[in-house]
Amino acid sequence: MSIEMTKAEVPGVPLLEVRDLHVEFHTRDGAAKAVNGVSYTVDAGETLAVLGESGSGKSVTAQTIMGILDMPPGRITGGEILFRGEDMLKMSEEQRQRIRGDKIAMIFQDALSALNPVLSVGFQLGEMFRVHRGASRREAKARAIELMDRVRIPAAKERVNDYPHQFSGGMRQRIMIAMALALEPDVIIADEPTTALDVTVQAQVMDLLAELQRDFQMGLILITHDLGVVADVADKIAVMYAGRIVENAPVHELYKRPAHPYTKGLLESIPRLDHKGKDLYAIQGMPPSLTAIPKGCAFNPRCPMAQDVCRTDIPPLAEVLENDGGPIGGRSSACHFWKETIHG
Amino acid sequence: MADREPILEVSHLVKHFPLTQGILFKRQIGAVKAVDDVSFELYQGETLGIVGESGCGKSTVAKLLMNLEQPTSGSIRYKGEDISRLSGRALKAVRRNIQMVFQDPYTSLNPRMTVGDIIGEPFEIHPEVAPKGDRRKKVRELLDVVGLNPEYINRYPHQFSGGQRQRIGIARGLALNPEIIICDEPVSALDVSVQAQVINLMERLQNEFDLSYVFIAHDLSIVRHISDRVGVMYLGKLAEIGTDSQIYDHPTHPYTQALLSAVPQPDPEVRDSRERIILSGDVPSPANPPSGCRFRTRCWKAEDRCAEEVPLLAVPERFAKADTGVAHPSACHFAEERDVVHV
Repeated sequence: MSIEMTKAEVPGVPLLEVRDLHVEFHTRDGAAKAVNGVSYTVDAGETLAVLGESGSGKSVTAQTIMGILDMPPGRITGGEILFRGEDMLKMSEEQRQRIRGDKIAMIFQDALSALNPVLSVGFQLGEMFRVHRGASRREAKARAIELMDRVRIPAAKERVNDYPHQFSGGMRQRIMIAMALALEPDVIIADEPTTALDVTVQAQVMDLLAELQRDFQMGLILITHDLGVVADVADKIAVMYAGRIVENAPVHELYKRPAHPYTKGLLESIPRLDHKGKDLYAIQGMPPSLTAIPKGCAFNPRCPMAQDVCRTDIPPLAEVLENDGGPIGGRSSACHFWKETIHG
Repeated sequence: MADREPILEVSHLVKHFPLTQGILFKRQIGAVKAVDDVSFELYQGETLGIVGESGCGKSTVAKLLMNLEQPTSGSIRYKGEDISRLSGRALKAVRRNIQMVFQDPYTSLNPRMTVGDIIGEPFEIHPEVAPKGDRRKKVRELLDVVGLNPEYINRYPHQFSGGQRQRIGIARGLALNPEIIICDEPVSALDVSVQAQVINLMERLQNEFDLSYVFIAHDLSIVRHISDRVGVMYLGKLAEIGTDSQIYDHPTHPYTQALLSAVPQPDPEVRDSRERIILSGDVPSPANPPSGCRFRTRCWKAEDRCAEEVPLLAVPERFAKADTGVAHPSACHFAEERDVVHV
C-alpha cells in the first residue's frame, strides 16, 4: 500500500490504534517489561487520557508510537501501531518519517530542554515548514509568526527572534504547542504538557490545547499522572499500572464509579479542595519493579480485595456491565472482581 | 489562638538579593525583592501552610526560617528571641529545634552514605542528643517511627523508592527531637498513591511529638488537607492569611480566588458547574515588581488606587464585624467574598 492512501479517511477504521503492544528494556537485572500488551484507539476530535504513575509504561507507549524509543536498550517485542489502519512498525524508516511530525506530533513536558537553546524560537518553528514543506526562509518566518499568534503569544512579530530562555515557562509551553501544530497533524500526543507549570498558567495552557484540538478536530492523547487535569479535558480514560491497561472508561463514568481497585484507591487518596476531610486513604506499598512484576494481577500485593486467584491468574481486560447485565459502553476492567468493585 | 504565645513569630521579614553589574568594580543596579515585608506567627502543634506559584518567595521564606539566608531586615523570633542574627554556639543551639524536610528525596540524600549514617549525622553535630554508643539504636528507632524496616540501616539511598527516601528525609529531620519542622514541597516529587502515605505519616508524627509544621507547597488540595492555617503568597508578599476554612471557603483576595478556581478538579461534575477565573499573563519579575498592589497587572478589579497605594495585610474594615469566615486578613483594596471552590 502506498503512503498516499493513508491520507484519506477510512470509514470504520480508527485514526490511531495501538494493538497489543509489548516493549522491553534490557537492564543488568534482566528484561524490564515496560509495556505488556497495551491496546487503545483514538479518533479524530477525541481526547484519550492515559493515566498512570511513574513506571506504568504510559510514556514508553507514546515514545514507541512516535518512534523515538531508544533502541537499544528498548525493544519492541510484539504488537502493532496502526495509523489509519496501516501498521507503522512494518513501514520503512522513510515512510514512518513522513507520518511522524506531519501526521502525528508530540508535545513534551519540559519545554526548556525540548527546545534548542542556541536557536531562536522563530527559526525552530520555521524549521518545520522548511524541512517538511520546502518553504523558503522568509516564508518559514512568516508562518512562524502566524503560529505564535495562534497560540496567543503577545507581540509575536517582535518576539520571533528571541531565544527560548527569554520566554516564561507558560510561553515556552505555548511554543511547544505551536511547533506540534505547525503541520496540522491528525494526532497530537501530549506527555505531561502542564506538569512543569504553575496552577494559573496550567489552566491557560490546558484551555488553549483543548480549544485548538476542537478547532482542528485532532485526536489528542494526553499522558498524565494528574487526575485533576484528566477530568478537565478528557473524553475517555485508560488507566495504566505496571505496563498494562487496568481500566478503560468514559471520563464521567470513571470518577463516579471506578471498576478497578487501583483506580478506586487513587481517587480516594487525593485530598479535596472543598472540604478538609479526615485521614487520607493510602494505597499500601509501592509500584512494583518492572524486572519483577508480581505473578497474577500486578496490583495484588497492594490490593485490599486480593484473593488467591489474583495471585495466580492474570485478569483479562473484561467488559464492564450494569448490575442487571446491561451494557454501559466503552468500559472495561482488568480485575477478577470488577463486579464487586463497581457495584459494591 | 491569640491567648497562646507563638513558638515562631515572623515580623516584617524582607530579603532582597542584589543585582550587580561589572566584573572588577561591582555596583548594585537593583535587587530581586524575593520576600518583601512578610509577617506571620506559628503556634505549637499547628501546621501553617504557605502556598504560591514559583517565584513568589515561599522557598526563600523557608531558607530564612532555617537561617540559611540572612534577612535584609525584619525579625524571626523563636520563643521571643530573635534568631535571624545569631551565630556560633547560640545559632547551633536554636537550629536543633528547627529542622527541615526537603522537596527532592533524590538529591537531598548523599548517595555514598548509608541510611544509618544519613539519619545519624545530626548526632555528630549535636552529640548531647544521643551518646555515641546509643546512636545506632536511636537510628533504628527513628526508622521504625517513620515506617521503615530497622534492618535497612546499612542500605544506600538508591535501594529505596521515592516514598521511602522521603521517609528517610523525615527521619533525619526528626533525629534531634525538634519542635518545628519546615517542609518545603515534601510530597510534590512523589507519585499520587505514595503522597497520601507520606502525608498521613507526617500528620501522625505531628500528633505523636507535638510538632509545629511550616508546610510550603504549591498543591492547594494537599495544603488544605494538612494545614490549620494557610498563607497565600504572591511576588514576595502575603496576599491573604487565615484558617483553612477562611481561605478556601471564604476567600476575599482576587489572587486567592483565581488560584483556587484554577486547580484542576478530579471530579467532572464539579468541573462542569463551577466557575473558573483564568488569569492573563505571567507573574511579573520580582526584580521590577508593579507599583502599589503587586497583583494589579493581572487583576480584573484593578483601579487607579491599586497602582498608587500598597494594600496592607489586615482584616478589611467592612468585614471586621462579620461573624463568618470573611473576617480574616486580606491585602486588597477591594476585598470581596467569592466562593470558587464549592458548587
